[in-house]
Amino acid sequence: MQAIMYNQMVVKELSDDDVDLIFHALADATRRDIVARAIKREQSVSSLAVSYAMSFAAVQKHVAVLERAALVSKERRGREQIVRGNLDSIRRASALLDRYEALWRGRTERIANILTDS
Amino acid sequence: MTMITTHKDMDALTMTLVAVFDADVERVWQVWEDPRQLERWWGPPEWPATFVRHSLEIGATSHYFMTGPDGERMHGWWMITAVGAPFSLELDDRFADEDGNPTDTLGVTRMTVTLEAHAEQTRMTLMSTFENLDQLQQMIDMGMEEGLRLAVGQIDGLLAE
Repeated sequence: MQAIMYNQMVVKELSDDDVDLIFHALADATRRDIVARAIKREQSVSSLAVSYAMSFAAVQKHVAVLERAALVSKERRGREQIVRGNLDSIRRASALLDRYEALWRGRTERIANILTDS
Repeated sequence: MTMITTHKDMDALTMTLVAVFDADVERVWQVWEDPRQLERWWGPPEWPATFVRHSLEIGATSHYFMTGPDGERMHGWWMITAVGAPFSLELDDRFADEDGNPTDTLGVTRMTVTLEAHAEQTRMTLMSTFENLDQLQQMIDMGMEEGLRLAVGQIDGLLAE
């Protein structure tokens, strides 16, 4: 796992228990997917549940594991429970600009291919 | 080989990309000017772009849409604000409705493009400026397959901070 390489850096800021929680939380593909979605856009547990072939309760358990690791936060809004990635605005800006950069790297690659074709 | 460098400013919400192509300036200009070439690279493979209306003249507007894997369409609109063919181009990019009229809910992405001859090659500098994070978010959500592939890498990055 690439994430392991960052272990030492993480330890500087987090206790061993925190790190255990984070790695446990991210050891599961569904939970990684939930974090990625929640970073992208806040959403309700029920809308998350639609994306997976498992019960609402099972998704809720996954969210609870992520919440304990402080990777997401959950807030009740009316009848919905809203899950969002735990990123402050700078981190959010950084994550979004990274994705925007990836888009342009893809575009640049495609331009280079068109130029080679002709 | 295409050389790429980028710079991102988290506070000003800008991204600058510099790429060097093995082609002359006129040739690189064509990939922006010719809508048939433009639609071959603007959309990610999963979200091909179709330019319904496009010309690089000051004040001209472009209308395009990108078609997603489930056939859904996201519409965009450009207003060309400066042209110095074949060396420079500035445009405002907004979301649009299906008739190609701009919608103002999320603001403008301002893009400037410059092309410079560099020996046998062309250096393209692109700068995008966003008004706010929600707009950037929407842009990313507009079917950005390259972005989605990074989801796991993003988590690694999160841990690294």
